[in-house]
Amino acid sequence: MQNIVETKSVSKIYETGEMTIKAVDQANIQVKAGQFVALVGPSGSGKTTMLAMLAALLGPTEGQVFIAGQDLSRMKEKNRVVFRRQNIGFTFQANNLVPYLTVLENVELMLRLNNKYDKQGHMRAVELLERLGLGDRLNNLPNQLSGGQRQRVSIARSLIHDPSLVLADEPTASLDTERAFQAVQIFSDLIHEQNKAGIMVTHDLRMARYVDKVIQMMDGRIANIIENPAEIAALASAGQEERSQIAIPVEPIELPAAKLPIFVGRASIPAVGD
Amino acid sequence: MSFYLAIKEVWRNKGRFFLFSLVIALITVLVLFIAGLAEGLATANREYLAKLDAQLLVFQSDVKLSTLTSRLGNDTLTKVRRVPGVAAVGPVGLSNGNLVFTNGTPDLDVSLVGFEPGKPGGASALEGRDLRSSRAYETVIDNDIAREAGVKVGDTITFKSIQGTEEEYFDLRVAGITDGRQYFFQPSVFVPLEVWDKIRPQAVESSGDEALAYNILAVQLSQPAMQVEMAQLIQSQVADVEVADLVTSYEASPGYSAQQSTLNTQRGFTLLIGILVIGGFFQIQTLQKVPNIGMLKAIGASNSTVGLAVVMQIVAVTVFGVLLGTLGTLLLSVGLPQGIPIQFTQETLAAAMLSLMIIGPIGGLVSVRLALKVEPLMALGLSS
Repeated sequence: MQNIVETKSVSKIYETGEMTIKAVDQANIQVKAGQFVALVGPSGSGKTTMLAMLAALLGPTEGQVFIAGQDLSRMKEKNRVVFRRQNIGFTFQANNLVPYLTVLENVELMLRLNNKYDKQGHMRAVELLERLGLGDRLNNLPNQLSGGQRQRVSIARSLIHDPSLVLADEPTASLDTERAFQAVQIFSDLIHEQNKAGIMVTHDLRMARYVDKVIQMMDGRIANIIENPAEIAALASAGQEERSQIAIPVEPIELPAAKLPIFVGRASIPAVGD
Repeated sequence: MSFYLAIKEVWRNKGRFFLFSLVIALITVLVLFIAGLAEGLATANREYLAKLDAQLLVFQSDVKLSTLTSRLGNDTLTKVRRVPGVAAVGPVGLSNGNLVFTNGTPDLDVSLVGFEPGKPGGASALEGRDLRSSRAYETVIDNDIAREAGVKVGDTITFKSIQGTEEEYFDLRVAGITDGRQYFFQPSVFVPLEVWDKIRPQAVESSGDEALAYNILAVQLSQPAMQVEMAQLIQSQVADVEVADLVTSYEASPGYSAQQSTLNTQRGFTLLIGILVIGGFFQIQTLQKVPNIGMLKAIGASNSTVGLAVVMQIVAVTVFGVLLGTLGTLLLSVGLPQGIPIQFTQETLAAAMLSLMIIGPIGGLVSVRLALKVEPLMALGLSS
């Protein structure tokens, strides 16, 4: 499978006065299409800086970052804005949605930004939101939704414009346990279904149960890469034990099958159940 | 895209934006009233001089262009008439008095203007006819008098004058009515110069033997554009006179410049307050939106999209506020008592509205700059 994300000895060094901080140090990672990766590590390990570089929000000090074959480290800021808009989908920890746009308008925003908003785009946005259980909330404003619903809208927005890479920064931070598991499961299902590369920064090791690969960072370096499903499951269990007082309360939710082909213009991904 | 974001935000926060438009509307009302007051006061002060059918006025020298202090005689009139390039000269006498009415209308303070019929310095009748005889006790009156006292062409009005220590009453037949011709905040009564000399207030009663003296000469030029050159020529050929164009003349009226500069300063400060209020509102609004702007930039909205959306909101809110304020001002002005000298001309309204519409974007510049400086990294809680 094709590498959507590839970093080559990428470093990010911050210099403040006489202090030099290596937030990311010689990191090499690869993420393929259809692969969902968790980027984990303690606070200050460099995972958010790494995410910012992968998101074309921050240029590396050294090394190279390739997303969908394009070298971001050589890209000018203006081009990076366009690249982000077209190739990357985002879910943030907070302030995810535009407060004065409805649920549907928030999702359609990515199509409008890319000048791809049309009737078909509108139908796809409605379809995706309906699949995420938000069919009756299309015209609600974000402040009329629960935290979990907001996060699902954000997931829909991150995918609607058919990006190569979907990034999530602590998507479960503001959710209760049940909604956190649901959100990540949905995220994982859609990434696999639509053959996207997905990277999620998280503190919560329990979420590892939904990913294909775990990249552990420590002091700016890649400390460990786990791809073995058994090891990933063990890591998720360890995370569960850490929070043992909180039982897993969730019933896995069934994502309804897509009625429309998800994206037009690319190889159509068969929807779940097809 | 910018328009979409701007309009959606305004529409979904109608209450907040409408309230702010109301603040701009109130500032507009204040600015327009000050502008209208400045125009009204200026008109009341200068209307007669500003509408004169002449290009230059000749004053006695050393009176600082004071119409009431200046005294000129026939000798000067003759000399000015002989200056090449002078098409016509009219002597003008100016004084004050009252009109008294028997129909219950209160006494009315007026400016009494004496001029030679057919010469510059008077006023043409818009209704009725112009004055013809230099001796008839006839008058052309300002339409303000006609409106306030209900006087019509053909009526007789009574002019009260203090001569010596006695109150004298003179009946004048209204031959015509002209447009607004206020001078020194009083509507004007135009009479033939010889009649003016007989009925004007004087320290001693006129015996009729004194040589006719008047205040100023109104000069029409063969080439109206050559005012500067002709003023110099008249001053060089006629002794003891000072010549000025109409604008210089009314700007020299007592208190005129001080009054106008006071009102213009008030207008300037009100506009400055407007800039600060608009700037403050959009600054606070943008500060509240910083995380949201960061998120928008992170997902791919360009700086120009975000900046333009802020500019569009500022322009929309300002234009709506100014139009609302203008409408409110015009409605309010209909209900104002007659005595308040507020006057709205198209030029005054347009200038004030334009200045108000310009201050919106100026006030919002800081917030646009702030919006442009927000880093998309903020969406991840980082900064460069």
